[in-house]
Amino acid sequence: MIYPHFALELEELTVSFDGFKAVNGVTLYVAKDELRVIIGPNGAGKTTLLDLICGRTKPTDGKITFMDKVLTRLPEQEIVRAGVVRKFQTPSIYPKISVFENLELSHPKGRTAIGAIFFRRTPDVVERIHMVAEQIFLKDLLNKEAEQLSHGQKQWLEIGMLLMADPQLLLLDEPVAGMSVREREQTAELLRSICKGRSAVVIEHDMKFVRRIADKVTVMHQGKVLAEGHMDDIEKDPRVVEVYLGH
Amino acid sequence: MNSFYRSFLGGRSGTVGLVVLSLLLLVVLPLSIDAFRLNMMGKYLSLAFVAIALVMCWGYGGIMSLGQGLFWGLGGYCMAAFLKLEAAANIAKEAGTDQIQALTTVGIPDFMDWNQITELPWFWYPFKSFPLTLALMIVIPTVIAYIVGVAMFKRRVGGVYFAIITQALCWAMEILFVTRQGWTGGINGITDLRTLLGWDIRTPDAQMTIYFLTCIGIIGCILFGRWLLNTKFGRLLLAVRDMEDRVRFSGYDVANIKTMVFCIAAAMSSIGGAFFVLNVGFMSPKLVTIEPSIYMVIFCAVGGRMSLIGAVYGTLIVSFGRTFFSEEFPALWYFLMGSVFILVTMVFPEGLAGAVNRFGPPLWNKIARLWRKKPPAAPAEEVKP
Ligand SMILES: Nc1ncnc2c1ncn2[C@@H]1O[C@H](COP(=O)(O)OP(=O)(O)OP(=O)(O)O)[C@@H](O)[C@H]1O
Ligand SMILES: [Mg+2]
Repeated sequence: MIYPHFALELEELTVSFDGFKAVNGVTLYVAKDELRVIIGPNGAGKTTLLDLICGRTKPTDGKITFMDKVLTRLPEQEIVRAGVVRKFQTPSIYPKISVFENLELSHPKGRTAIGAIFFRRTPDVVERIHMVAEQIFLKDLLNKEAEQLSHGQKQWLEIGMLLMADPQLLLLDEPVAGMSVREREQTAELLRSICKGRSAVVIEHDMKFVRRIADKVTVMHQGKVLAEGHMDDIEKDPRVVEVYLGH
Repeated sequence: MNSFYRSFLGGRSGTVGLVVLSLLLLVVLPLSIDAFRLNMMGKYLSLAFVAIALVMCWGYGGIMSLGQGLFWGLGGYCMAAFLKLEAAANIAKEAGTDQIQALTTVGIPDFMDWNQITELPWFWYPFKSFPLTLALMIVIPTVIAYIVGVAMFKRRVGGVYFAIITQALCWAMEILFVTRQGWTGGINGITDLRTLLGWDIRTPDAQMTIYFLTCIGIIGCILFGRWLLNTKFGRLLLAVRDMEDRVRFSGYDVANIKTMVFCIAAAMSSIGGAFFVLNVGFMSPKLVTIEPSIYMVIFCAVGGRMSLIGAVYGTLIVSFGRTFFSEEFPALWYFLMGSVFILVTMVFPEGLAGAVNRFGPPLWNKIARLWRKKPPAAPAEEVKP
């Protein structure tokens, strides 16, 4: 087998919470430019897997490599600086400041405490904010307090905050949860467009949405990878139908 | 100029608030109250430095420190140490060397002498120099805050746990200062301070001048705070308070940001302590205990923890209330204070400033309308942000 160059490599990744293995020996390779979707029943360990990649939870065992850089023991902010960003399952944005300021804080300039004090709002920052705002359908709402946005708009804003840093790998946990049908369609388009030239790992329950965006699908069950492949094959896999799709 | 207006003065409402406060402190009070009460105001205002610091640290950064008195006290002790050495040197000069040598060691503070210390401890030497004293007044609290910050925030200790630790530190400092009598003056503190660079600080004129200096210090701190909170750092503080994880996953080191604001708050509190000593002419460990530290948080909560100016009003109102009620109804005072705190945090989380912001503008409009109808109406109600 020819060993293609992968962007993200997870090898035998395991985490145990007091003996309960929420993620158990997961090996997963995501290619450059690939959009991978992870599906699986509730409690399968999907969110925990993303927690491991982005450094929120430290693995008990296994190795995480991204673009030949070992992330396994790095602190969160270092992982972000390596180009890996994360969207949470419940939209987490800064409620008390404007959409513009939310995006501005996510710009990589002035990331140290002193740097933040002497940060100047230069034209290139402003330009980038406008560009991202346009992409995430919020360009007319830049001055709105983030708290006032609808649930779907908050999801978009969080995606936009990730984009500000021009990341290499996007980790998205249920990005269309709580969105209307129309918003889901817009988001599918958005994801397709922003993932050009980047890799992404997306967790999602909505099968219609998964079919629209996924290159490849990984099915998790009880902390392990149950199946992996193209959506068409996955749907026919009897094991997958039994634990997940059949319900 | 325009950016100065926006970032230091806080735009129109910010400027109005600051002008009203400045007029009150610099004109109205000095003209309307006697020297004794004005000095009391100066004393209270020296606590307002801490309240302003807490607005940044707690209101914006979400870091509740219940031991801010520690830093306030350090500033006070630095200033007191300098003044004490100056006083000691003068006593030696006045009395003549021969005579005094028999009784005390020349040039060292009296309390050291009482404790059989014959030589100035090494860490007292820097306080012979005024510039060095001023520098240490900032450096010592900042370094301590930095160590505490790094130790706690890197380990992700926050919220109530952090508050308790700051309180423990404050307590430890009190014990240290009380027990090391020969170094610190013990429970009596450092008393009998007389001159600052030869200027007698006990005269009414000097007291008046010191009051004005304190006011200027307060206004300076508000301007500094406005500027800081207007930078990206200020918005970052709000972000850390509301959504710490998101900040971390945007590539920031949250611990560094918290440590920074904690250090700034420590330095500002320390300046307040120094002004206190100038206003009252002594320093005592009784002022640096847990109780005053809790008061400082109450000042901030009552004034409005998101409002730098509110913090000053909160300090003055609660302090006056305290002086008045604790004289009239000492037993009730604690209950009253406790209920005020609970009431404010539950019903008016934004404190006085929140109330003024909500009810101020409509009231103002109403008054303005009345004014227009029949000219000789009541004078305008003040508006502050
Ligand atoms: N910090 C933790 N301590 C203990 N158990 C945990 C912890 N985090 C997750 N778990 C457990 O690990 C399992 C996997 O949880 P996870 O959130 O990863 O599931 P999920 O696949 O994302 O599910 P959902 O589709 O509901 O979001 C769950 O049983 C959960 O209770
Ligand atoms: Mg999940």
